Amino acid sequence: MSAHSVTAASRKAKWVAGILVVLYAVLTLLPLLWIISTSFKSGPDSISYPPKVFFQPTLEGYVNLFTTQARASAEDLATLTPPEAWYDEIAWADGMIIVGPSRFGQRFLNSVIIGFGSTFLSIVLGTLSAYAFSRFRVPLRDDLLFFILSTRMMPPIVVAIPIFLMFRSLGLSDTHAGMILLYTAVNLSLAVWLLKGFIDEIPRDYEEAALIDGYTRFQAFVKVVLPQAATGIASTAIFCLIFAWNEYAFAVLLTSGNAQTAPPFIPTILSVGGGIDWPAVAAAATLFLLPVVVFTILLRKHLLRGITFGAVRR
Amino acid sequence: MAEIVIRNLRKEFGSFTAVKGSTFTVGDGEFFMLLGPSGCGKTTTLRMIAGLELPTSGEILIGGEDVSQRPASKRDIAMVFQMFALYPHMNVRKNISYPLVSQGMPRDRVATKVTEVARTLDIAHLLDKGVGGLSGGDRQRVALARAIVREPKAFMLDEPLGALDAEFREHMAEELRSLHNRMGATTVYVTHDQLEAMQMGDKIVIMNHGVVEQFGVPQDLYDWPATMFVAEFLGSPPMNFLRFDGIVGRGMAAVTLGEAVIDVPQQREDAHGALALGVRPEHVHLDDAAPTRGRVIAAEYLGTSQIVTLATPHGEVKARIPSARAVRSGDTTGLSFDARTLSLFDVATGRALSSAANQTVLAHG
Ligand SMILES: Nc1ncnc2c1ncn2[C@@H]1O[C@H](COP(=O)(O)OP(=O)(O)O)[C@@H](O)[C@H]1O
Ligand SMILES: [Mg+2]
Repeated sequence: MSAHSVTAASRKAKWVAGILVVLYAVLTLLPLLWIISTSFKSGPDSISYPPKVFFQPTLEGYVNLFTTQARASAEDLATLTPPEAWYDEIAWADGMIIVGPSRFGQRFLNSVIIGFGSTFLSIVLGTLSAYAFSRFRVPLRDDLLFFILSTRMMPPIVVAIPIFLMFRSLGLSDTHAGMILLYTAVNLSLAVWLLKGFIDEIPRDYEEAALIDGYTRFQAFVKVVLPQAATGIASTAIFCLIFAWNEYAFAVLLTSGNAQTAPPFIPTILSVGGGIDWPAVAAAATLFLLPVVVFTILLRKHLLRGITFGAVRR
Repeated sequence: MAEIVIRNLRKEFGSFTAVKGSTFTVGDGEFFMLLGPSGCGKTTTLRMIAGLELPTSGEILIGGEDVSQRPASKRDIAMVFQMFALYPHMNVRKNISYPLVSQGMPRDRVATKVTEVARTLDIAHLLDKGVGGLSGGDRQRVALARAIVREPKAFMLDEPLGALDAEFREHMAEELRSLHNRMGATTVYVTHDQLEAMQMGDKIVIMNHGVVEQFGVPQDLYDWPATMFVAEFLGSPPMNFLRFDGIVGRGMAAVTLGEAVIDVPQQREDAHGALALGVRPEHVHLDDAAPTRGRVIAAEYLGTSQIVTLATPHGEVKARIPSARAVRSGDTTGLSFDARTLSLFDVATGRALSSAANQTVLAHG
């Protein structure tokens, strides 16, 4: 081995790479850190100048995010019994009374249902069709595959108006089912293509061994192919979830109440009453980030291998 | 255990025909070799017997039942794949248990059987290991264990030694053969190695370009090849062909090559035109008095014997003779042949001509 081996990096190169990675991480994570810290600030702290790095943390932003409040005068407050719950106390301190929950919780739940629902559906349909494309003699296979890919060649929003009209006449506007269907339709082509690549990489011998061992084609698929496609399924699921979770344009257009997701809802917080409640907005953004982060962490074991798109062989 | 009967088996992939009407029988308990050069349709044939590929036409009978259109899972056949195909997400124990689990066998019975089979194949100490780190030989044993554990009607082995190191191959071949002798299970073994086929097989079927050239016991195929392809494919060095133009008639017991009259087994068939006299190297003798002349062009020393290559008017001939006999390049000598061992071939069709010596072999191959 010479000093200039292709595989082993020199100490110096490792240092440089390390520093670059740290710099990049700081650059991308700093705004996130700022959002998260703002979500724990009080209203005045959040807009103080110069910005406060050290501050007294409070859950005021989160309480404001999840509740609807009414301003009460000092005399009114005096007539009421002192609050018992911690969130009531936080509102009380600002001269506010909590009159009920806000709509954020429900919108967030909508995002979870629609995001994970469409991801699940995309993966189930995507895996099955990718398997069929990979293993069976499908008539017009290449044409079909190209057609599936071509649905992604324009931005989906181009067809917003036809979809809007279709959804209205089918009664799918502002329903969970409608949004799940829409996001699945958009994600499916990506899912089929990604998963087909992963399934192509799995030698047929394994399923054939299972067929010989007395299992049906479907059992072989579930017990032998799926475990080996886990990497591909995990990374495809993350791509699908990220799209469905962050999608804004269709959500604005097609949902308004019942099935409204978090992305179109969060901006509405900005325009409530006088002045912008930055801690509440930051709290919403922080919570909004969490599911994708948690999902990614749960699947990270499979992810590193998956992101290379099967380039790394066993 | 069961007999496997193959009748007019055909497989087309689009416009390409991989197997062109094969017919042969694998006897109950036989160690049967499917031999032929790469791409001749061996794997396709094996996969049709196993049910991984459905035939375009023809019949496959296992134990008397027609299974041609039945899926693999309903045929009760085990297979060892060329690259072993051990389930990578399961450890050795799970791999071996897997075929039993599909039958719904109770867990304690599965455990007993797996332990038993693992002991037979000497892999009991590997049961809780992953399959990723195993050596080639151990993978092979695990694949075999998975195949034998459920006592299927027959075993299919697709070039099982192909993925092993040369030095380990011979050892594994012996192990396979002794395993078969103990179990007596009907086994179909695919190989492209003629030596392996002749050493291990009870019977051999030789395929070429999707066509069955000949089928029978190794000795018959070696001694009385039905075609020039078989004559050349078996044996190392292969059978010599002395090419000549001539006429052969029913009842004749000699042919004329140039000046030489050579005794052959009594012929049972008429033929004329381009013919070839087939003779195995060990049946060629150097005999100064013989009328067929040849000039020595090379001698290859092999210990107890040597292979001498001679140029004759009818083509190159290799002779396997004792190494004690001194030969020098450039020497001219006579060649004589063991009359009882000779075959004649019609060059145009590549077929052996029927004679008193080979007619029984040809009739059944
Ligand atoms: N699924 C398939 N589609 C098309 N051609 C195939 C297929 N499987 C095998 N073949 C062709 O059939 C011929 C025989 O293949 P195979 O049975 O694998 O040969 P062998 O095992 O004797 O080397 C080869 O020419 C191969 O290319
Ligand atoms: Mg093969």
